[in-house]
Amino acid sequence: MSDHGHHHKESFITKYIFSQDHKMISRQFLITGIFMATIGTIMASLFRIQLGNPGEPSAILNFFLGDGWAPNGIMDPNMYLALVTLHGTIMVFWLLTAGLSGTFANLLIPLQLGARDMASGFLNMLSYWFFFGATCVLVSSFFITGGPASGGWTVYPPLSALPEAMPGSGLGMDLWLAAMTLFVVSSLLGGLNYIVTIFNLRTKGMTMFRMPLTIWALFLTAILGVLSFPVLFACVLLLIFDRTFGTAFYLSDIFIAGEALPAQGGSPILFEHLFWFLGHPEVYIIILPALGIGSEIISVNSRKPIFGYKAMVFSIIAIGLLSFIVWGHHMFVTGMNPFIGAVFTFTTLLIAIPSAVKVFNYLATLFRGNIQFTPAMCFAIGMVSTFITGGVTGIILADNALDINLHDTYFVVAHFHIVMGLSAVLAMFGGVYHWYPKLYGRMMNKTWGYIHFWFTFICAYGTFFPQHFLGLAGVPRRYYSNTEFPFQEDFVDLNFVVSVFAIGGTLSQGIFLVNFFYSIFKGEKAVQNPWRANTLEWTTPVEHIHGNWEGPLPTVYRWPYDYSKPGKDEDFVLQTVPLADGELDQGEDYH
Amino acid sequence: MNAVLIVAIAILAYIVVSQIFRVYELIRELDGPNDRNTIVTDTENKVMANGFVMFMVLLFAMFVYCMEVYWPLRLPDAASVHGAKIDDLMNFNFLFVTLIFLICIVMLFGFCLKFYGTKDRKASYIPFHHKLELAWTILPCIPLTFIIIWGLITWNEITSTPPEDGIVIELYAKQFDWSARYTGDDGELGPLNYLLIKDLNYMGIDPKDERGQDDIVVKGVFHIPVGKSINLQMRSQDVIHSAYLPHFRVQMNCVPGMTTRFHFTPTKTTAQMREELGNPDFNFLLYCNKICGATHFNMQMDVIVDTEEDYKAWLANQKTVTEKGMIAVIEDLEENTSVVTSGLALK
Repeated sequence: MSDHGHHHKESFITKYIFSQDHKMISRQFLITGIFMATIGTIMASLFRIQLGNPGEPSAILNFFLGDGWAPNGIMDPNMYLALVTLHGTIMVFWLLTAGLSGTFANLLIPLQLGARDMASGFLNMLSYWFFFGATCVLVSSFFITGGPASGGWTVYPPLSALPEAMPGSGLGMDLWLAAMTLFVVSSLLGGLNYIVTIFNLRTKGMTMFRMPLTIWALFLTAILGVLSFPVLFACVLLLIFDRTFGTAFYLSDIFIAGEALPAQGGSPILFEHLFWFLGHPEVYIIILPALGIGSEIISVNSRKPIFGYKAMVFSIIAIGLLSFIVWGHHMFVTGMNPFIGAVFTFTTLLIAIPSAVKVFNYLATLFRGNIQFTPAMCFAIGMVSTFITGGVTGIILADNALDINLHDTYFVVAHFHIVMGLSAVLAMFGGVYHWYPKLYGRMMNKTWGYIHFWFTFICAYGTFFPQHFLGLAGVPRRYYSNTEFPFQEDFVDLNFVVSVFAIGGTLSQGIFLVNFFYSIFKGEKAVQNPWRANTLEWTTPVEHIHGNWEGPLPTVYRWPYDYSKPGKDEDFVLQTVPLADGELDQGEDYH
Repeated sequence: MNAVLIVAIAILAYIVVSQIFRVYELIRELDGPNDRNTIVTDTENKVMANGFVMFMVLLFAMFVYCMEVYWPLRLPDAASVHGAKIDDLMNFNFLFVTLIFLICIVMLFGFCLKFYGTKDRKASYIPFHHKLELAWTILPCIPLTFIIIWGLITWNEITSTPPEDGIVIELYAKQFDWSARYTGDDGELGPLNYLLIKDLNYMGIDPKDERGQDDIVVKGVFHIPVGKSINLQMRSQDVIHSAYLPHFRVQMNCVPGMTTRFHFTPTKTTAQMREELGNPDFNFLLYCNKICGATHFNMQMDVIVDTEEDYKAWLANQKTVTEKGMIAVIEDLEENTSVVTSGLALK
């Protein structure tokens, strides 16, 4: 490893553990995210075993959960709820917030903007270690009596506030809240750092409208996070107060376990408002980076400029702004003022417009392209497909009149898993395959990448697509067992099939894990610009160096999407190539 | 039968995937050596593009299958006045989004096939097209406006003020069962106070208040008359529950500390519904749809929709809370209240 100029030699600890280098921190976030995702996915398989074969003994359940939670191989209902809760928490926050933004914002912001590192390497390091702390606290809650938090990932009080209500609302909930508090700190430190870096450390010539869409997406994501996570922090803090210090922010008129509680005057609905004020921007914190990554991969591999760059930028901004005024659509059946409900329906359906613009722009980018189906591109195409499939059902759910009957059914489960979960996961996989050469200086095996993609893609649709029909029949989510109602008997087969696909999908991730970790050490050595892309990260040396560029920072002359530009020899033009005489730059010279 | 089907599907899927890869491996060898993990060969592009189209066919096949088998198993047509309107809106929306879904998916995977990469070709340089961009920004607004307006009209009807002559019924939720409370002869529900909850009086009905003394509380099954507005009030004793009556397209959360409301008018009796569906065991259901604890999955109550006469006859047979002894022991109660209320402002 060669050292750049004034950066001195580092010890093992400062290089690999308490590193302040954005590339190392990016890898730390990625590996931690993969670790947590593995846990979260296995959890999903476990509760799918229960849902596919309710009440039937399973040695697998007994193996993972032990005699306490799965006596004779039959899952305890409280453990079922704990599994769905932790699955949701881990996937939403640990994988798709910290794992996704943490990895790609850290890796790409300095590299694509031409910066030596993040604005504050120290805060960046702190961000990771707060996240690591949060991870430890959350994981520790698996091993305590009473089990981890089990009130659903939205942890609505009073269920989550009262240990009498369920075993998971005891110590497990305390740990959940502590983990979430640390998580918010991590997220804020990261987010502030990203914003400051994007504003201040762009290299010469890198105007805002020459930034790749990944950076635009990560920029808006960071802004959303910085504005909304503090509200979650307040929300969580008040819940801690209610649980620990006897306050009554969320509690009122409760009689539980043979006792009337003294708390009066609070409102659980207040919690819902605070929670969803983060919760809804949160889904855009998840999906925007995914869309940004998708834009980049699709443009590079279509060998074509992204269609409507500025429309893409403005639709990201529009989605970001709108995401703050739609949270009430999660609460249509809480008895809120019908007028407010109407407003939220209106604002929510407005989001369909920028989302549609993005989809059409993706399609137009593919149109008359010269599409290179790298594994990353396959995943990006998959992402667009799930964004469409899941997005359209959003139009139905946004309608408050329709939501009355679909709220909290499997229709919702199908919708958000496809549009948010799958899109983001597929894009994240795409990102990992695409930027692996930047992360580790080696290539992941392509063939196994394809195999991984197809298994994942097929199983993903097989799992979630049929769930729409469960929802249309009125099957609620978060039911431990669909056996207590006669109408649910019609869906025994379907539940079984869904479980088969879900478990198949989980197992196929083994392919990815092996490919990922094997390639770190044994993968084919990468060339500097394997995908022949325009952006600045591909002008850095393959081996990581502190400070990213050997000599002076690169200068940028053009937007990042000059692919297949007429009059050029190659089908790509690096951003560092000066404009020819009379040549116009799409980023700055067109309005 | 099903196991066979699933095994068959699994085997088929396996064959499809493995065949794709065999072909692809074979042909790649013909292409000769290259930068294996970096460069995508023309053959690979072709295989992947075809793979996507095959996938699309499978996806549509699954969609058709689900529509054949599971669409008929969806909730039966709504058995309430507003529910029918929701169904209309839903059917339109479903059709609309299915159309969008099909068009976009066909375009996406179609473009994959049409424009997969080959060495001898260059992509077209089309960075933007203002008119096109403007068109697909504005065009979606038209159906969207339509959907929004239709949706809001429906919503406003559903959430309008309930008719005065409706039947007031309170759904009372606690872990993990439901109760329904009727007004009794005075037409008014007695006030509840959670501090008065004790023994049989699990709802905390104020025994001193005359309005509550003739209230009727039932569990397990409750009856409503057809054709009258049912003005539901929801309350909860402990955590948030959600009263979900899917056949009537009714759902409202039950939140401790507050009363939520939903009113609807049933249009079919249970007997009519059984006949219509050809299912003599059919029952309208009320079940919990907000995670509330371990037995959340089995927190249910049957709903019987009667003709008005039958309903009246049934109601006349029910004992009031006083007759049931639910609010009997006044002395105990005062003691209880004084203990709990010390240091608290009793409302």
